[in-house]
Amino acid sequence: MKKLLTAAVLSAALATPVLADTTKVGFIYIGPVGDFGWTAGHDRARQELQDHFGDAVETNIVENVDYGADAERVMTQMALSGTDVIFAASFGYGPDVNAVAGRFPNVHFQHATGYIQEHDNISLYDARFYEGRAVLGHIAGKMTETNTIGYIASYPIPAVISGINSAYLHAKAVNPDVNFRIIWTYSWFDPALEADAAETLIEQGADVIMQHTDSTAAVRVAEDAGVMAFGQASDMVEFGPTAHLSAIVDRWAPYYISRIQAVKDGTWEAQNSWMGFADGVIEMAPWNDRIPAELQQEADALIAAIAAGEYHPFTGPLNRQDGTPWLADGEVAEDGDLASMNFYVEGITQELPN
Amino acid sequence: MIRLEKRKEPSKFWRIANPFLAVVLTMLAGGVMFAMLGKDPIVAIRLIFFDPIFSETFGSYSRPQLLIKSAPLILIAVGLAIGFKANVWNIGAEGQYIIGALFGAGVALAFFPAPGAHIFPLMVLAGALGGFLWAMIPAILKTRFNTNEILVSLLLVYVAERILAAMALGLMRNPDIAGFPGSRDLRRYEAAHNAELFAGTGIHWGVVAALIAVIFAYAMMTRHMLGFHIQLAGQAPRAARFGGVAPARLVVICLGIAGALAGLAGMFEVSGPGGQVRIEFASGYGFTAIIVAFLGRLNPFGIVLAGLLLGLTYIGGELGQMMLQLPGAAIQVFQGMLLFFLLALDFQTNYRLRLTKGVRA
Repeated sequence: MKKLLTAAVLSAALATPVLADTTKVGFIYIGPVGDFGWTAGHDRARQELQDHFGDAVETNIVENVDYGADAERVMTQMALSGTDVIFAASFGYGPDVNAVAGRFPNVHFQHATGYIQEHDNISLYDARFYEGRAVLGHIAGKMTETNTIGYIASYPIPAVISGINSAYLHAKAVNPDVNFRIIWTYSWFDPALEADAAETLIEQGADVIMQHTDSTAAVRVAEDAGVMAFGQASDMVEFGPTAHLSAIVDRWAPYYISRIQAVKDGTWEAQNSWMGFADGVIEMAPWNDRIPAELQQEADALIAAIAAGEYHPFTGPLNRQDGTPWLADGEVAEDGDLASMNFYVEGITQELPN
Repeated sequence: MIRLEKRKEPSKFWRIANPFLAVVLTMLAGGVMFAMLGKDPIVAIRLIFFDPIFSETFGSYSRPQLLIKSAPLILIAVGLAIGFKANVWNIGAEGQYIIGALFGAGVALAFFPAPGAHIFPLMVLAGALGGFLWAMIPAILKTRFNTNEILVSLLLVYVAERILAAMALGLMRNPDIAGFPGSRDLRRYEAAHNAELFAGTGIHWGVVAALIAVIFAYAMMTRHMLGFHIQLAGQAPRAARFGGVAPARLVVICLGIAGALAGLAGMFEVSGPGGQVRIEFASGYGFTAIIVAFLGRLNPFGIVLAGLLLGLTYIGGELGQMMLQLPGAAIQVFQGMLLFFLLALDFQTNYRLRLTKGVRA
């Protein structure tokens, strides 16, 4: 009996430090993990994180969490249940992340595409999607036959606006006659609305559809209509094997692993990271065979130039939509300007909603 | 064999018992579903229905949250139920909720940053007025041009959503944060903040308003002539007309009350738990309240229970996702089961199954 007790005490003593080493990581998602796009990208990274650390991390998710009171409640419950790190994977969680972070100073918050950082336990991280958009724009400008490119946009926030501008500039550079049609859905994930938007754009003559929304609806519609499309955040080729030219694929895993390692090492600090091709956080899905070999090489070269820092997608001379100068010849946009971008560049004919 | 027989009168017993039975059946069927997903059904049901209230870890936080989540549902559902009793089908409470929030927030932002005890009462009035006015569109179109209030009120939800987006992007946008839509955080503007009245209880003015609305609605429906007219118009429209009830007046009153209450709910939400005017401010309360109204048998006190129950499944559902890795969709199916079983069971309020011997009936 005594032996048993000793064994029990010993194993308990041995077990405790193992438990204490388990880092509990919570994820809140704006969409379902099955969106095959943005949220799927984050959940892919979560699984890689889990595989990397094994039993040393425990990951939990709550999907379809609305901005506002719901997000605040979910993150509070996570903090109360002993979560060490919370990844909030959408820009609109900003006020909620900051409210909860203020009450739980020992919990580390990682806010994707965030813009409010009022406490030193909040890190912001984002990807330079405009780098990928430049490549999409280049391909779209060369592939379009109707010279009309349809763009399904979600919220008029800097990340989306800079994406439209980047795609437009690079399409225009290879095809001066190109014309962008943009539809705003005010939602990240609404397959029905995105399908409607894609159909409308195709009716208006678009033969390439780009999207900054998270579902696969537009790719499917493009496949059925016999036009071309780009996926979003994940490789969506299986939803339109002919239509799907490529996609900007998000690879958050290396960053997530490094942040959790920092928590384990006790070196975690609040940061603001903006990562692009050079960091491997974004990459392009395999080129569709219908893209001519020459164009594939151009696209590869463009990626290499951006990754090497030899070329910046926003290099002057560039004017704003209203014709006022923005960047002088050879001048490169500053990160601060891009992170608060609220105007279209010259040549886009539609008005920005605001 | 089994024979179906229409009851002479709807069963009072089953009317009351069905919601409880529906909850039990939902737990059973939900348990089977959770087991099929490879989760322990007992743990799952406990997480959803009990832990938000009784858990030591979460209880002290999620009990007040239950009030915060349920109050707008109850406030909206009470108003809708009055209309439903009179066969006035206001499906667009979501739109009235949005416009009420915009009116309330509009008053707050117009006064920002001035202090003053008059600001919050003005916001309350504005919120009720906004919802009322938005509900008057289907009301007047129905009484004047005989349009269908179901369609008009529903479609006006989408119009309201677009106005909300335009406000968050334009007029009401916070000028201090570059490039991002959304208004100032009203929780940081003391004169406009719908704060907790007692710390740690979750009770804000919206909870108080919901309680008052429940009591007034009950008194009106059971004690007041108007309540009698509403019930009469719903159950026997011809008799009501002979009895001097003006149908047009009832339509206006029912939509007006529901709109004002939904507008209030929106106003209390935007100035409290919601915090700011955002494009995605509306999270379906106006639609969920329809379920709450029916789950509560269109009775104000029943609606309180139904609102709390639905609020519980939301909060518990999040715990279930977080603690047990239940998929979000499974939680939605679970919530859907609740309404499904209730509707299925309501069959026996009006019918009964009879076992008869032999084939001869």
